Amino acid sequence: MSSLTILGLLPLIGSLALFLLPKERELLAKQVALGISTVVAIAGLLLATSFDRGQVGFQFVEKYSWIPAFGINYGLGVDGMALLLILLALILTPIVILACWNEAEGGRWSVKTFFALLLILETMMVGVFAATDIFLFYLFFEAMLIPVYFLIGGYGSGERAAAAVKFLLYSLFGGLLMLASIIGLYVVSGDQLGASTFDVTELSKLSLNNQTEILLFLGFFIAFAIKAPLWPFHTWLPDAAKAATPGTSVLLLGVLDKVGTYGMIRFCLTLFPDASKQLGPTIIVLSLISIFYGAFLAIWQSNGDIKRLISYTSISHFGFITLGIFAFTAQGQSGSILYMVNHGFSTAALFLIAGWMIARRNSSKVQDFGGLQRVTPLMAWSFFIAGLSSLALPGLSSFVSEFLVLVGTFVHYPVAAVIGTLGIILAALYILIPVQRALHGPTTPGNENLKDLNVREKIAIAPVIALIIFFGFFPQILLNVINPGAQASVSALNIGGDK
Amino acid sequence: MITAPKIEYGALAPVLIVLACAVLAVLVEAFVSRRQRYVVQTSLSFAAIALGFLAVLLNKDVSGRFAEGAVAVDGVTVILQGTILIFALLGLLLIAERGFQSFTAQASALPGSADEQRALASGLQQTEVFPLTLFAVGGALLFPAANDLITLFVALEVLSLPLYLMAGLSQRRRLLSQEAGLKYFLLGAFSSAFFLFGSAFLYGYAGTTTFEGIKSVIRASPGNDMYLMVGLSMLTVGLLFKVSAAPFHSWTPDVYQGAPTPITAFMAAVTKVAAFGAILRIFYSTIGGMVWTWRPVFVVVSILTMAVGTIIAIAQKDVKRVLAYSAIAHSGFLLTGIVAFNKSGLDATLLYLATYGFTTLGTFAVVTLVRDAGGEVTDLNRWSGLGKRSPLIAGIFTLFLLALAGIPLTSGFIGKFAIFSAAYESGNISVVIAGVLASAVAAFFYIRIVVLMYFNDPQEDGTSVVIPSPVTALTIGICAVATLVLGIFPQPVINMINSLATFVAG
Repeated sequence: MSSLTILGLLPLIGSLALFLLPKERELLAKQVALGISTVVAIAGLLLATSFDRGQVGFQFVEKYSWIPAFGINYGLGVDGMALLLILLALILTPIVILACWNEAEGGRWSVKTFFALLLILETMMVGVFAATDIFLFYLFFEAMLIPVYFLIGGYGSGERAAAAVKFLLYSLFGGLLMLASIIGLYVVSGDQLGASTFDVTELSKLSLNNQTEILLFLGFFIAFAIKAPLWPFHTWLPDAAKAATPGTSVLLLGVLDKVGTYGMIRFCLTLFPDASKQLGPTIIVLSLISIFYGAFLAIWQSNGDIKRLISYTSISHFGFITLGIFAFTAQGQSGSILYMVNHGFSTAALFLIAGWMIARRNSSKVQDFGGLQRVTPLMAWSFFIAGLSSLALPGLSSFVSEFLVLVGTFVHYPVAAVIGTLGIILAALYILIPVQRALHGPTTPGNENLKDLNVREKIAIAPVIALIIFFGFFPQILLNVINPGAQASVSALNIGGDK
Repeated sequence: MITAPKIEYGALAPVLIVLACAVLAVLVEAFVSRRQRYVVQTSLSFAAIALGFLAVLLNKDVSGRFAEGAVAVDGVTVILQGTILIFALLGLLLIAERGFQSFTAQASALPGSADEQRALASGLQQTEVFPLTLFAVGGALLFPAANDLITLFVALEVLSLPLYLMAGLSQRRRLLSQEAGLKYFLLGAFSSAFFLFGSAFLYGYAGTTTFEGIKSVIRASPGNDMYLMVGLSMLTVGLLFKVSAAPFHSWTPDVYQGAPTPITAFMAAVTKVAAFGAILRIFYSTIGGMVWTWRPVFVVVSILTMAVGTIIAIAQKDVKRVLAYSAIAHSGFLLTGIVAFNKSGLDATLLYLATYGFTTLGTFAVVTLVRDAGGEVTDLNRWSGLGKRSPLIAGIFTLFLLALAGIPLTSGFIGKFAIFSAAYESGNISVVIAGVLASAVAAFFYIRIVVLMYFNDPQEDGTSVVIPSPVTALTIGICAVATLVLGIFPQPVINMINSLATFVAG
């Protein structure tokens, strides 16, 4: 079976088709992009139905030798976590395309290029989560930067070129540190296993000496912490998210940043269990700092730029995700993985609606809005629901994940869990203050004639809001897929006293 | 009684063919009429390279010392000579491009003189560059094969002397070009003196100039002899100068900038392969037993070279200078392969040389295309918006820059991966970490050029990309394809290097 390859290749073929279209056929280009990404999303969901939830380990496995001299394989496969993240990417892509129908017009290059880049990015997102060969993962990890770089730099607003370069350099720097660690693994595997390999399952059998393990761990961890982004590696994110078009920001925060937290679970915990345990407490502290730092900056920004505000809230949320990962309990890890999915949807909703608000009002400042509830009720309500999910209101999707993370953390790190809980209060502040200012109260001048969501926008946002509510009540569907892998991952860590 | 030396013509054929054609080319310069010279010279040069390459192929399974032990032909020699000839061919294609008026009409006419005006008015470009190139190629072929200090020195000079001249042949900005040539010559002469002095010390130490003689003396008395140390250090200085390793790199930016761009391309690719070939033979084979003595020096030089190359490149505003500092940085990366001192290090160095040569030739070939009415435009600011005006050329240039930066799916990444993992394998993790950090810094200035081409608006100052003639287009095409193929399917080349690359025993 080569189902994952086909799934990944479809968008790439679509992007080639777009490049071949004449420049003037903008509408056709958009339709082709939407059509292909919808087909891919449906294909992905169909593939997911044949996923065996009870089974631990990779499924839909493909493996071909690529560069035997270096032991490099073309190896794909997914476990529950990877499958969900791929589905998240596949579902968000057509939504983003639909939501950003008219976003590419102000770009440096043609409209079709924008949509072609989105499709290329979709291929990379499938690849990065499906790769079971570290070399292949690294390849997608780096290659992904190129479409994002052009999406931010070519179609964003404001200081887009500077933001794109900042994003690229941070990520490249992290990627190169990871490369050093990958080289280390390659050499050690050659010594210990007889032949060098990049296969994750094989590499997890290595026994490293402590100093090497910590060094190699750090190479991976810093790369992922930049991507995630964890304090103090976060500074690229607000600039990038502000400059990018809303659609790009959705994919950037919703999916691409998850590569960081995904990598921590897949590579840091699996390959370097002892280093993870030794450095775990330090990372817990960093996570707590992230939670509060992001929250305070968001509150600070709650009268300012909406896009920056949302990206700060994400830094806070990523703090929760890493907290759950390094809590070393099955609940914590399940919660984190669930959080990755839920955060993807709630951030997507926030960014898309914020994008529409900004486009209508021609301003990205919270203070310029007011009383949108009366003028544009649908838009206001969708933003409100997404915001409530973001602050983890029970009944909406993020609540379950945040709860699991905190419960999971309490087992080994009760103090951290208590401190983390305080972060939820701050979340209420940074969501409710802007909601109150922009949506409620009397309609302020300049906002009277704003138009509510049109049909296209309604179609784009409806599935996201529906999923946020649905997963709030039925998280079990996702948890059934996540749990076996999370349990296996944590029990492999051999932490005493864990139930 | 003196016995006549025994010469194995078959094994030496690549060098002999190229040098013989070089001599012929000098005669052509003297006897063929001006109008026909260009055609005759180009055909002769290409024939020389092709025949030389054929001879290299025939030597594939040869392993031994020839010409009374002065020359070693083995797997490493064959790979290096093959690589040099391929790069020489590509370099020659660029040199043979006549549409750009790269070369001065009459090198002996003083800049600004009436002679120069007359020569320019005749519309001819001189063709001395062809025999000079052939001599340089001949020297380059002999350099990595030399198995004797005297032969090595002769090869070094045969390689270098034509290059000094060629660097000064530019038709535009002649004074800058001549300054580059003179600077290269003076510093080169200086380093040759070091080299020769070192050889004298080594002769004093070992009583012989052949490599295996020196090797056996070292083996017999493994102490740190004063003469040996002084001799080796001076020899190393001479070699490091050729590969522009810090702190012997200062000639590189000026020469790369001043020389006609086709010559820069030729120099960057061919000289680097030849010089690293010689370094491999000396440090891997001849004094491999003293690895604990020389390795620390190379660790320091490698890290320093990477740092100097990448950090100073950030501040450059001229594309040729950026590429010159990038060449310095790449020497630093290549030196990590010497530090590795294992079979994978040998393979990786050879692979890196092959990948780097194609990419750098391609880069300079693109530089020759970006011009205004006055010739090449190398000021980076005037490259802005190139992506808008000529997407194809900008795209190919981006590919080369990504390869130089070592981004996956390009040959540069495979080379870097191979060489860093070899160094890691040898336990020299410090150079690997330095290399990775230097790569991160290097990515910055490569990407700055990409940003300039794509994200800045074009300037209305007449800078444009000329349509390449078939020869230049062919060069760029070959380099781009090689960069991609070596990045995606490097296995056949890796296999070939792996099975061929062994030094002659003894």
